[in-house]
Amino acid sequence: MSDAPRVGVITFPGSLDDRDALRAVAYMGGEGVPLWHGDRDLRGVDAVILPGGFSYGDYLRCGAIARFAPVMDEVRAFAERGGPVVGICNGFQILCEAGLLPGALIRNRQLRFVCRWVDVRVETSLSPLTADLLAGEVLRVPVKHGEGQFVASAADLERLEGAGQVVFRYCTPDGAVDDATNPNGASNAIAGVRNPAGNVVGLMPHPEHAVDPDVGATGGQPLFASLLASALARV
Amino acid sequence: MRFTFEVLVRLKPGLLDPQGKAVEGALPAMGWTNVSGVRVGRHVELTVDAPDETAARGQVEEMAHRLLSNPVIEDFTILTAAEVGG
Amino acid sequence: MSWGEPLHRALGLTDDELEAIVTTLGRDPNPSELAMYAAMWSEHCSYKSSKIHLRTLPTEGPAVLVGPGQDAGAVDVGDGLAVVFKMESHSHPSAVEPYQGAATGVGGIVRDIISMGARPIALLDPLRFGPLTEERNRWLLEGVIAGIGGYGNCIGVPTVGGEIAFAEPHSANPTVNVMCVGVAPAGRLVTSAREVPEGALLVLFGAATGRDGIGGVSVLASRTIEEGSQESRPSVQIGDPFAEKLLIEASLELVERDLLEGLQDLGGAGLTCAVSESAARAGLGAELDLDAVPLREPDLEAFEILTSESQERMLALVAPERLGEARAVCERWGLASAVVGRLVRGGGLQVMMGGTVVADVPARSLADEGPVYARPMEPPAEPDDPFADDPTFAAISVDVEDALRRVLASPGIADKRWIWEQYDSLVQGGTVRGPGGDAALVRIEGTLKALALSADGKGRFGRLDPYLGAAHAVAEAARNVACTGARPLAITNCMNFGNPERPEVMWQFAESIRGMSDACRALDTPVTGGNVSFYNESGDSAIWPTPVIGMLGLLHDYRLAVGSAFAEGGAAVYLLGDTLPELGGSEFAEVVLGTNGGRAPGLDLEREQRLHLLLLEAAGADLLASAHDCSDGGLAVALAECAIAGDTGFAIGLPGDLPPHIALFSESASRVVVSVDPGRGAELEDLAGTLGVPLARLGESGGPRIVVDGVLELAVAEAAAVYREAIPKLLAG
Repeated sequence: MSDAPRVGVITFPGSLDDRDALRAVAYMGGEGVPLWHGDRDLRGVDAVILPGGFSYGDYLRCGAIARFAPVMDEVRAFAERGGPVVGICNGFQILCEAGLLPGALIRNRQLRFVCRWVDVRVETSLSPLTADLLAGEVLRVPVKHGEGQFVASAADLERLEGAGQVVFRYCTPDGAVDDATNPNGASNAIAGVRNPAGNVVGLMPHPEHAVDPDVGATGGQPLFASLLASALARV
Repeated sequence: MRFTFEVLVRLKPGLLDPQGKAVEGALPAMGWTNVSGVRVGRHVELTVDAPDETAARGQVEEMAHRLLSNPVIEDFTILTAAEVGG
Repeated sequence: MSWGEPLHRALGLTDDELEAIVTTLGRDPNPSELAMYAAMWSEHCSYKSSKIHLRTLPTEGPAVLVGPGQDAGAVDVGDGLAVVFKMESHSHPSAVEPYQGAATGVGGIVRDIISMGARPIALLDPLRFGPLTEERNRWLLEGVIAGIGGYGNCIGVPTVGGEIAFAEPHSANPTVNVMCVGVAPAGRLVTSAREVPEGALLVLFGAATGRDGIGGVSVLASRTIEEGSQESRPSVQIGDPFAEKLLIEASLELVERDLLEGLQDLGGAGLTCAVSESAARAGLGAELDLDAVPLREPDLEAFEILTSESQERMLALVAPERLGEARAVCERWGLASAVVGRLVRGGGLQVMMGGTVVADVPARSLADEGPVYARPMEPPAEPDDPFADDPTFAAISVDVEDALRRVLASPGIADKRWIWEQYDSLVQGGTVRGPGGDAALVRIEGTLKALALSADGKGRFGRLDPYLGAAHAVAEAARNVACTGARPLAITNCMNFGNPERPEVMWQFAESIRGMSDACRALDTPVTGGNVSFYNESGDSAIWPTPVIGMLGLLHDYRLAVGSAFAEGGAAVYLLGDTLPELGGSEFAEVVLGTNGGRAPGLDLEREQRLHLLLLEAAGADLLASAHDCSDGGLAVALAECAIAGDTGFAIGLPGDLPPHIALFSESASRVVVSVDPGRGAELEDLAGTLGVPLARLGESGGPRIVVDGVLELAVAEAAAVYREAIPKLLAG
């Protein structure tokens, strides 16, 4: 597979969008590497994706049980070495539970699952998903979750905002943030955040479902392109 | 010895509780107009084998902190502890 | 139940059925055996009232790989692939506990698909409720939707479509149907055609067995265990979608690695059904050891283990030398597995527990030799004058614009986004077109092909004429599929009816089967399977005869898929098909005139098929800018939906000399609204001429307004607001 960046996608029991993430990586020219929750092995990948789904049925709390999977020790070590780690939807929830990302995700404001296409505004280039993008760019991607309302204490929110750790915000197609386009009631319309170092990022929208124009919009393409570039930088 | 515990996990005060809000919103329609402060939590029962209650309680506290609750958004209280036969 | 009632009757078996059992066994059955027969010979499992009618359905065609009688039907879609699909009802459990009833319905149909060795790739949910003005109906709808989402979203199978209809008889009896579609390499289908060797082990895997869903035979418990303990018997089954997801992956890995001789899901009649069918299909008998069955709670009795309907369980047939590998697969997916028996020579099913034989009966007698009834039928008395209450001929004056608003706001017509946004329609990455259009399109991975899927029932027409209701349902489902450019291939169905012991209901059923047969023959869409749901009535209020058709179509290149939305910038708008004065059973008649009476629209199946041919040819030539089925709500609603979907208006004139309210709201069959590039209108007209499809050029699309010359004028945005806000408003109470 020559010099295509290798992006690992972890399958936890109950992961659902793992195949979709692998397909998106391949579609964008990377090599997708399936990883297993029970293995203490990242198979030498250049980046890691924790995919969407309902790991362990979302029982107890979303992501609460998956964070203790053996593979998560390796993910933590990989992140500490600066490796790019992306959590999508349930993967985002797992990273928050694991303390690798700030905040938490609770039930949607409307108490209903929501599956719809939304617009998100890029807030910073300092993440593996947005390295090739400029703050202010608007991308069309789908959300599909029942517990996607990002929350943190007022002090934490202020710190996150101040440190530029908010990566994505729900917005109108023109990039304006308003309550009507916030699909879950997230604080400050936050759709994704990063860690202070900037190599771990989590988001509720599903960029992996937005790369193939035959099945929808392509707002996920630049995000995967950035991720592959970030991964390649480590090869 | 075996001990049973009940652990109550609640959202931290001040955090929005969408479920609590929904319940609170439904009550007036059913005629109860004098209710406020509804918060929905989680109740966990478990049984622990341990040499004594102190050890058991210590373990439950750790489990509650690490798994049963998410310290970012939730507090927990150990409600009861009782020794059981067998 | 009184002590005076014989046990077999308390279990729901008739005296004649008991006699048949005694003749088969040559002795009296013991209570466990009686429970097994009661479960297997129930209407739900044996189809005893419907079988003689179902036999008349067309079930064969060049593409049909597996017809009725198995867990699901299968159709050849080329490239060495088979599509497996099936529909089922979970109406009765949903009426009691809507969330879990609907959730476990999804779980059951998905297991039907995996038991064929296919990966589930799409779900559709045709639903029927009473009016949303009643709080209980809102509670039922919200619970059912949440249950479908709660289960379906958690197992990673996209919910891509369905339909939601409303009618008063569904207040007491909501109709909850669910259809699942799967794909498998044709050569790897797990079917009864496979030869299963003697000695194959019965491996039960998945969830443990508890006292779930044994309500039908729980009468036995009152005789054998003390009072009080039965109180804890759950009448509601709780679904565990996480376990189901693991079951999907483990089952498919077992099939892909060729570790199985057979695979059965555990549904109605539980282990009894799975084991007796496995043995009967193999032409063998079986030994079953109940002590080996993993239990969720202690002290289950034999009859409980035998008939438990605990969810998320599968039964695999495994050759002894493959057992280790097979169990390792289950373990890798975190699922318990246990060898509970094996297939043996002879035809007997011998059940052991605690070292003694608790049942010993011929497997075939359970699985294949249930009773078959030709129940009495009687058509309802004909009204003296069928035209008397037909709304088509009512002398009325109608404000057409106001009528359009009211029809667009009617929950049967209005935008269902509030509902389907609660379903994950995107997972698996194959959804070319999700809910909200004529038919959903799901691509087949690794090809340019897509499956076109539609589920349709015509309750109002069925009430007026069950034959026509069924035929219209088939025609509309096929038309929806054809509107995308796909060729209708085959159907599955769910027959939703009242009590078959009433001659009037049985007549409705027979008429519906006749209508479905005729339509499927004419449209070349054989019936590959289905489900019959009787007893949808309470008191003297039965639901309308409602066959729901699940249509499977094939699109050879999804890049040529046709959508329903009007595109910006003037396209020529045509109506294909003739509009006749047919307001009977229409949305307009119900919403505006307040009547469901009259005569159902006629249906010329040969015409219908020519219309489909035209759509296929036109789509294949990339001629159609849009195509949209013209059915519920008539031409007015079809046009408005095209406009709302594309946020683009139109200006048309009405052809013919029908009064405007009839031209706009008649629900004549075999009609489609299409738009084409104005430069290619002649091509479409030529094609229609060649195929003999009536066609009328109505006008043009474009602009921000809906304009029907001399009749009505309305901003698209206003129509869209009415259409989109209706259901959220109703649900807000």
